[in-house]
Amino acid sequence: MTNLHIKQDSPVLPPQVVRERQQAAQRRKLWFYLALFGVALVAPLAVYPIFLMKLLCFALFACAFNLLLGYAGLLSFGHAAFFATGGYITGYLLSEYSGLGTELGILAGTLASAVLGLLFGLLAIRRQGIYFAMITLALAQLVFFIFVQAPFTGGENGLQGVPRGQLLGLFDLNDNLTLYYFVLAVFIVGFAVIQRTIHSPYGQVLKAIRENEPRAISLGYNVDAHKLLAFVISATLTGLAGSTKTVVFQLASLTDAHWHMSGEVILMTLLGGVGTVLGPVVGASVVVTLQSYLSNGPLGEWVHVILGVIFVTCVLLFRVGIVGWVLKLAKRNF
Amino acid sequence: MNLFQKTASTILATSLIASAAQAQLSDDEIRIGYLADMSGTYRDLSGPGGLEALQMAVEDFGGQIDGKKIVIFSADDLNKPDVGASTVRQWVDERNVDMVTGLVASSVVLAASQVVEQAGKLALISGAAASSITNEYCSPNHIHWTYDSYALANGTAKAVLANGGKSWFILTADYAFGHAMEADITKVVKADGGSVLGTVRHPFPSSDFSSYILQAQGSGADVIALANAGADTVNSLMTASQFGVTQSGQKLAGMVVFLNDIHAMGLDVTQGLMLTTGWYWDLNEETRAWSKRYEDRFGSKPGMVPAGIYSATLHYLNAVKASGSDEAQAVRTQMMATPVNDMFAKNGKIRADGRMVHDMYLAQVKTPAESKGEWDLYKIVRTIPGDEAFRPLAASQCKLLSQN
Repeated sequence: MTNLHIKQDSPVLPPQVVRERQQAAQRRKLWFYLALFGVALVAPLAVYPIFLMKLLCFALFACAFNLLLGYAGLLSFGHAAFFATGGYITGYLLSEYSGLGTELGILAGTLASAVLGLLFGLLAIRRQGIYFAMITLALAQLVFFIFVQAPFTGGENGLQGVPRGQLLGLFDLNDNLTLYYFVLAVFIVGFAVIQRTIHSPYGQVLKAIRENEPRAISLGYNVDAHKLLAFVISATLTGLAGSTKTVVFQLASLTDAHWHMSGEVILMTLLGGVGTVLGPVVGASVVVTLQSYLSNGPLGEWVHVILGVIFVTCVLLFRVGIVGWVLKLAKRNF
Repeated sequence: MNLFQKTASTILATSLIASAAQAQLSDDEIRIGYLADMSGTYRDLSGPGGLEALQMAVEDFGGQIDGKKIVIFSADDLNKPDVGASTVRQWVDERNVDMVTGLVASSVVLAASQVVEQAGKLALISGAAASSITNEYCSPNHIHWTYDSYALANGTAKAVLANGGKSWFILTADYAFGHAMEADITKVVKADGGSVLGTVRHPFPSSDFSSYILQAQGSGADVIALANAGADTVNSLMTASQFGVTQSGQKLAGMVVFLNDIHAMGLDVTQGLMLTTGWYWDLNEETRAWSKRYEDRFGSKPGMVPAGIYSATLHYLNAVKASGSDEAQAVRTQMMATPVNDMFAKNGKIRADGRMVHDMYLAQVKTPAESKGEWDLYKIVRTIPGDEAFRPLAASQCKLLSQN
């Protein structure tokens, strides 16, 4: 907080200087994202594409979660339900109706998550804090048991052998590289939606609600409607991530619906930096990479312990997460 | 794919990519992948222990076939099908792994075996219970080795009936696996003149079994069958012991119980339990000798799963040597043509649906007084001939059978 006070020099600057600085910052940001995009384009040449696709799916999941936690201040402990619903619906539709394009399958899964998000949201936003978290957890457990029991999910075996199919009837997604660029496109769309939401006036209101809800109410904002919309957007994008993941791995399983998954996404978001745009992406990368590479190595038995230690260290030493910490350093030094 | 990997290896000279590049250059190796739960619920069933058994098999084979090295990769599937599937996919794509073994949780097994089938490799499934692996999910690219849920439920139910347990009460885990097992038990019990007095379904997973056990106790049935697995079985056995179920004259029949479960719970809790096992370390001289070697290396007696992994790997390597090829179908044909004769199975044979049929054993857990050592846990009541133990081909839905 002290850093902020030292750097409070903007009010005394003339408006055109402020505007120039903002524009320069905008340009820097643009270049940064372009560079990231360039890296993402050539990444599959160096790294195994399926691993990258998994990373993108979880990054989108974490970003969607972050929209709710980081910008609306709502800690949902039931996001696995949306992730799994997207996955199961897409998986079921693609397996049963072979003529269906992959894009329609994903769209249907996403839509189903949106509807579920609306139902969850209507109930959950009536409470705050820990009660909100518990309601979402309880509802997600309900959904978990539906998936355990429902005949179409294959119970504990999961939905297996989901065909990847064709994109718009043009591109064969069975090729890993083609699929990678498709997943990348899906991620960019999802990420752009979140970016746009955060930087819109609506996003500003969300932040205001996060900071001081009674004040937002007194200013005349319909807080419940804002929260509900944030919840539904988050659920929808989570469903999109889940649907895409099903297409990548050709399976949907109970792992996705289990509350561990809700916990994992919290870990990713907090580790990367809650309330930062890129934090969840970094957090998801760290968690997924650790899981993948540790499980292949001699330290395999220690994956959970190592993740736990990292989480504890993160909470104790840099609570703002990796990206939050980098931003703080940058602010102090430049 | 090849082009991508060549480019990749020239760009990045990391050790991982470098080894993948070698795999592209020559396939002068037999590559075996071991995928199992190394850190979660099934760790004790088939985690590091299964890997040890796999290494023993490779070492017993001399570590090579006609000068070609046998290489083992191992990975933790974290019991997540996506992790398992992507690991196996990476193995076959980047390292050209010939055979995958271990394979425990059914969701992971089905996901991994689908990848194996697409890639035209071979999977030797040892850890998983689901009998659907060689039924509706059967494929020419995998073989189910050690045991399956059908054999366990069938074997135990028949034997308990023969020993006079006529009326049954079934405690079922409320999901597909439990339902299938409940149906199997009911069928056997009714066919052999017994009766099912009642069933109760508990949510999966559950931690409090008191109300279910009380219902089972109150039913007055001779036998309480546990159609659940893993932690649910352990919890129900613990509760049954606290409520004195066996002391009051009722018998408990566990459908999916393993040596490590019994060892962990102790004989006080589990004494008298009837169960079916694919193998036991104290069967004969040969099994004792092998188990001694395993124990010296690993520190505990092997259950049936590590033993099955050892047997499957040895049989596989023999078949590779005999056929002079590591192409999956050539090896599988060779494996099917040779009977399995080792410390695990006598005259075991691999059926067309991929089921390795061998004798199973009906065991009863010893009382603390009967037990002479830490691992002296079972007395073998009966040997169940393989043809009787496993699902008959006539009742199979396997797609491979109709083609022949």
